[in-house]
Amino acid sequence: MSIDHVYRADSGRILATLIRLVGDFDLAEEVMHDAFVAALERWPGHGVPENPRAWIVSTARHKAIDRLRRDSRFRDKSEEIARWAAAEEGEAPEALPDGENRVADDRLRLIFTCCHPALAVEAQIALTLRTLGGLTTEEIARAFLVPEATLAQRLVRAKSKIRQAGIPYRVPSDERLSERLDSVLAVLYLIFNEGYAATKGAELVRRELCAEAIRLTRLVVELMPERTESRALLALMLLHDSRREARVSPEGELVRLEAQDRSLWDQGEIREGIALTESALREGGARPYALQAAIAALHGEAARFEDTDWRQIVLLYRELMTRYPSPVVELNYAAAVAEASGPEEGLRLLDAIDERGDLATYHLLPAARAELLARLGRKQEAAGAYRRALSLVSNDLERRFLERELGALG
Amino acid sequence: MKYILLIYSKESDWTGLSDKDKVDMYQKYMAFTDSIKKSGHYLGGDGLEPTATATTVRVRNGKPVTTDGPFAETREQLGGYYMIDAKDLDEAAEIATRVPGASYGAVEVRPVMRM
Repeated sequence: MSIDHVYRADSGRILATLIRLVGDFDLAEEVMHDAFVAALERWPGHGVPENPRAWIVSTARHKAIDRLRRDSRFRDKSEEIARWAAAEEGEAPEALPDGENRVADDRLRLIFTCCHPALAVEAQIALTLRTLGGLTTEEIARAFLVPEATLAQRLVRAKSKIRQAGIPYRVPSDERLSERLDSVLAVLYLIFNEGYAATKGAELVRRELCAEAIRLTRLVVELMPERTESRALLALMLLHDSRREARVSPEGELVRLEAQDRSLWDQGEIREGIALTESALREGGARPYALQAAIAALHGEAARFEDTDWRQIVLLYRELMTRYPSPVVELNYAAAVAEASGPEEGLRLLDAIDERGDLATYHLLPAARAELLARLGRKQEAAGAYRRALSLVSNDLERRFLERELGALG
Repeated sequence: MKYILLIYSKESDWTGLSDKDKVDMYQKYMAFTDSIKKSGHYLGGDGLEPTATATTVRVRNGKPVTTDGPFAETREQLGGYYMIDAKDLDEAAEIATRVPGASYGAVEVRPVMRM
């Protein structure tokens, strides 16, 4: 196992553990970096330790103690230094005092800290993606369309607020848990989406990010089995993730739902996703993630594109639109109507969104219009809409897809 | 950690209260103060006279300049404070929700600088 591999696979968990141990985001990041540098020096000559993660955590902890002794900021923390120093040498990084919380996972504690309501929502998202999702500041900035310097500043402010205001590093108390969960789920879904359809670069499906979002959502489900919304979100993620292999061709091109090789769909994820969707709907009712999961489940159930139950999908989108109106839901509703009732119907709905100007910078609106216009044989208008979509798209794969579609109009 | 809870509300809300309601409010504050004394969170706290009694002092070029009124004219005014000792922000915020003024005004929770 290489250092590079350990870094990619484990740096998120290591960082979360270190934040718990040293109680400071910046210090944890600095000493984790120091420990990896030390590994680069030592491992090639002495061999990779048996438990690389434990080695990094232990080394980083010593580095933290050294730093604290030197740093005047922490001069009064001699008690804390003594506590760390006294911690057992061989302690595994995941060894945690049990009982206080049902799930002892450092990253779960960390996500509740990152998504603390005393932080601005943008800061919650940025901090979670940076700390738990392992995204670079640049990637996060691009995902949320803000300058990198602004985002970096946002992270600095959030971390100092955590430190100075005493935002705790733990899973909230039972009576606060449910209100705190909503913002956590929203952030997890954003991480998943960033992994599923990364806004930047050639790699559309960032498997690790999706896997991470799914893993963290699973932990939340385990922690609060009675919360149906987290179960529904997990279902939604699994059902999307099941199409991962089919969504991109071997040549690296984006494949439309109707053209996907459904034998590549992950049936295990589909089965689990459907079961979770059903139980979430039964116990929690028609809440947003459950409705979206139900739509994804109907796609998952269809052996062929022609078998898709579009009428049911239209009904679910209508339900979603009535309860939780948003222009993006309306766009998806229109696309479903086009399949259920014909492209003219769908186009009429899309034109209405377009006229309101609600999604003026969203490339999928002109892309959806272009597709329906092409089906109706209105090639010139379709070409215009594809060009408009191309002027708005930022993902390379989606750009190439749109260019191919535009070229195919002839 | 030490936190100060700054209690803001519209002074007109207070002056508009009947005598009976004022007594009720005093009693609520006394009960709250007792509760955080008992739980060991209380470090100090006072109510303040209204902003009409405030005087603002600045020193410019070494000379004191004294003016009538509060530092900032705001919709809600600082009416009192508590100094508390809490484990972390969650505990401090939980105590803040029990300050009677939080139910009609707002309570700002600020950590006290560690020197």
